[in-house]
Amino acid sequence: MKYAAAFLGVVIASLLTIAMLFTAGWVRPPILGQQAGFRGLGMEQLTTPAARRKLELANVPPDAIPMPPAEGPKATEVYKNVQVLKDLTVVEFNTLMAAITTWVAPQQGCAYCHNTDNLADDSVYAKKVSRRMIEMTRHVNTDWKAHVQNTGVVCWTCHRGNPVPQNVWYDNVGWPQAAGFATTNYGMGHPSAANGSTAMTQDPYGALADKNAVIRVQATKALPLNSNGASILSTEQSYSLMIAMSQGLGVNCTFCHNTREFGQWPESTPQRLTAWHGIQLARDLNGAYLTPLKDVLPANRLGPHGDAPKLDCATCHQGANKPLLGVSMAKDYPALGGTPAK
Amino acid sequence: MAMLNFERRYRVRGGTLVGGDLFDFWVGPFYVGFFGVTTFICTAVGVAMIVYGAAIGPTWNLWQINIAPPDLKYGLAFAPLKEGGLWQIITICAIGAFVSWALRQAEISRKLGMSYHVPIAFSFAVFAYIALVVIRPVLLGAWGYGFPYGIISHLDWVSNTGYQYLHFHYNPAHMIAVTFFFTNALALSMHGSLILSAANPPKGEPVRETEYEDSFFRDAIGYSIGTLGIHRLGMFLAVSAAFWSAVCIILSGPFWTHGWPEWWNWWLNMPIWR
Repeated sequence: MKYAAAFLGVVIASLLTIAMLFTAGWVRPPILGQQAGFRGLGMEQLTTPAARRKLELANVPPDAIPMPPAEGPKATEVYKNVQVLKDLTVVEFNTLMAAITTWVAPQQGCAYCHNTDNLADDSVYAKKVSRRMIEMTRHVNTDWKAHVQNTGVVCWTCHRGNPVPQNVWYDNVGWPQAAGFATTNYGMGHPSAANGSTAMTQDPYGALADKNAVIRVQATKALPLNSNGASILSTEQSYSLMIAMSQGLGVNCTFCHNTREFGQWPESTPQRLTAWHGIQLARDLNGAYLTPLKDVLPANRLGPHGDAPKLDCATCHQGANKPLLGVSMAKDYPALGGTPAK
Repeated sequence: MAMLNFERRYRVRGGTLVGGDLFDFWVGPFYVGFFGVTTFICTAVGVAMIVYGAAIGPTWNLWQINIAPPDLKYGLAFAPLKEGGLWQIITICAIGAFVSWALRQAEISRKLGMSYHVPIAFSFAVFAYIALVVIRPVLLGAWGYGFPYGIISHLDWVSNTGYQYLHFHYNPAHMIAVTFFFTNALALSMHGSLILSAANPPKGEPVRETEYEDSFFRDAIGYSIGTLGIHRLGMFLAVSAAFWSAVCIILSGPFWTHGWPEWWNWWLNMPIWR
């Protein structure tokens, strides 16, 4: 009996070890490293050649459809119900429509947004959403240069051929909850994809939709803290949000922060400033463009609590610290507010 | 330095690993030996290099003196002296001094007819250091991954290197190492307090012997590991702590580049309950 138990124990331990060795996703040298900051500071980004290749393959942009010269009649003179793209000529308008189709609904085609019997008809919800999204894209490219600079964004940046971008979030989607002694009533204690498999807050994105949410939790003075210090809960919310950002950008904490003092701007990398504008951008877009879409979208596009899909860093970045690894698609589409290459 | 009157008879010649009789003598209380000489040379050169590094650096503030490794761009080559070359020389000196010290311990063990437990235990600490400044940098392909020599600067390195993996406490080998460190502290404090309590009876009473110590733990937890056993346990715990520390940092980078929390997905995704 004793030997049987020992044997069983050895078998279970061996199986677990084998599972751990072969399914955890270990890598091996060579490792590609990128240094930020002074030597020896330990601010480095690490990846493998295989992961790098995978990222490059996933970020090959589609060929640009050449934009014809702006000649001929305006779209508004030929088509009815043109509300946003009023400044385009008919050929520009049609070229842009073709590009949007390949970016957003390549399988479904024009009919994904349009009533094919009457293209001017607004009866398909997707058309109203697209119109708002075109406005949003122009807004990003013209008013948010602090974040997107002249690289800009187009529909493909988020959509990548999917009618709904793959990386969107909804309020409280009902992640599995910790049970037993670990039960909490504030969404902690169980790993989720959003929180990077930690035991921290499972819905880290709230601060990307709420302008008033406080992300800065680090104490600014040594002990004793006053009673107004951040709670453990809000601290872990911020930590969780930062992990979600890291994963969205495919970087670690030291891409932006010198972790000896997270809050110090003079010790942070320049990327932190871009990321800060990114947080403000996400709040702006979620608040002004995406959240209001709940009245336009059908029920099957809404989250479990009836909210519209919202964006976070991963929506555009998709694991690359510069979306599409820095390739500017917007430069070919001034109609979307992109800045043409000089 | 005072020497007890019975100490001299333990000073036996022979047992050296290298150098024969040449360095087989004592200076005051210290055994010299070949490895004592190499320890001294390595230490003197290393410390001189640190002082030189501090002298050409921006500060004499002890907390802030920083001898940093080279930029990653130098890979595994030698770097210019003032751009990490000093760090490389100091690393060579440090390893020379630490290894010499372990071998000197081995020579003293041989002289006294003891086993090699002391140098073996010490070599685990040396291994942890070599893991940080040689093994991991070589695996990653650049000396720049080593930690900088400085009181504050090495702490900054620890912090940043930890945050390269989002949340280092999820590193399984780090968990094991931390557990061994804590257990080691617990075992040492229980052992030390037990010895002190047995050796300090109320005034006028005799010192309590081994049986009392065993009885204490048999009464308290049903088991006493015994006088020899506690030292075996202590060595195991301490050596394991150093060993798993080395493992946890060698894994971080060469064999794992993502956040450590993600590592646990293999457990979460086991087909039994996923």
